[in-house]
Amino acid sequence: MRVKKKKQQEDPGDMTAMIDIVFQLIAFFMVLINFTKAEQDQRIKLPISELVKVPEEEIHDTITLQLVIRDEDLNLIDLHQVLVAGQEKSIDELEPILRREFNALKEKDENAPANATIIIRADGDAPTGEVQKIIQMAQKAGFQKFSLRAKEKD
Amino acid sequence: MKFRKSSRSSSSEDDKIELQMTPMIDIVFQLLTFFIMTFNIVAQEGDFNIAMPAPGAMPIEIENTALPRKIVLVADDEGNLASISVNGTNLSFGVDDDNIPDFGPLHQLILKAVEDEGGPGSEGAQSLEVELVIDFKLKYKNTISAISAISGEKKGGEITKLIEKLRFAPPKRQP
Repeated sequence: MRVKKKKQQEDPGDMTAMIDIVFQLIAFFMVLINFTKAEQDQRIKLPISELVKVPEEEIHDTITLQLVIRDEDLNLIDLHQVLVAGQEKSIDELEPILRREFNALKEKDENAPANATIIIRADGDAPTGEVQKIIQMAQKAGFQKFSLRAKEKD
Repeated sequence: MKFRKSSRSSSSEDDKIELQMTPMIDIVFQLLTFFIMTFNIVAQEGDFNIAMPAPGAMPIEIENTALPRKIVLVADDEGNLASISVNGTNLSFGVDDDNIPDFGPLHQLILKAVEDEGGPGSEGAQSLEVELVIDFKLKYKNTISAISAISGEKKGGEITKLIEKLRFAPPKRQP
């Protein structure tokens, strides 16, 4: 057999179509990428409501309080804690932290605390009394506007 | 290295520079992988906005002592809803398979009250106030459902506000 010495040349074919599709994918992900760390702890199963609507504009000056009653695997645990400003505290320890936030906002602007919203993300199975206590703590610290988070019906 | 065919054509138009697609594809795949790895699906969450000034801050004289309705939600030991009563009258409620109560009758009652005052959005309706007295143990999802039933109605995508003034009474039973 006469083996022809072929040049070691690869012929990948026309790659243009492949690149087009890949650019489409990149554009898709670039549009959707969200670098903001939305304060949404994954251990919380929000209650469902029909009436919730996603806020159209982003509200300024918010403090998010997350009532966590589950562990990472979403099993219920006895210790209920509130995740606030990156720290996990018990409900009774909330007041000093909230007062600090209140004062910090006040220094920024006299009217800021009155217009600040406390966003409460609590698990659907949490005792309502605990949520009420959180609201009371926030009211004692001086906050007046509250936003209870829920998710849409699937 | 790419050598030009210099034998004949030093000034000819055969000097096409071929674009090497392979490195381009490599980089593009790198970018794509980066975006896929950092892609994070964040569920959209909705809000219920309630204005709740501290109880002490509320003005003592209220112009119209119109009908603040007291809605009492009683929980059983497991935190599920045991009974609802409005101004002392018990309301019936159904429970579906997932143990989620149906607040239909409550919703109808509130609707009727709002209609009686002049319809949603009217001055009379806006002055209606509801006080919620909820057991400590009651699971939060029931509270949210009750608030949904009271504060608005959703018809075909449009949300009409019913009761805008909501108050929580201090928790009844501490464990």
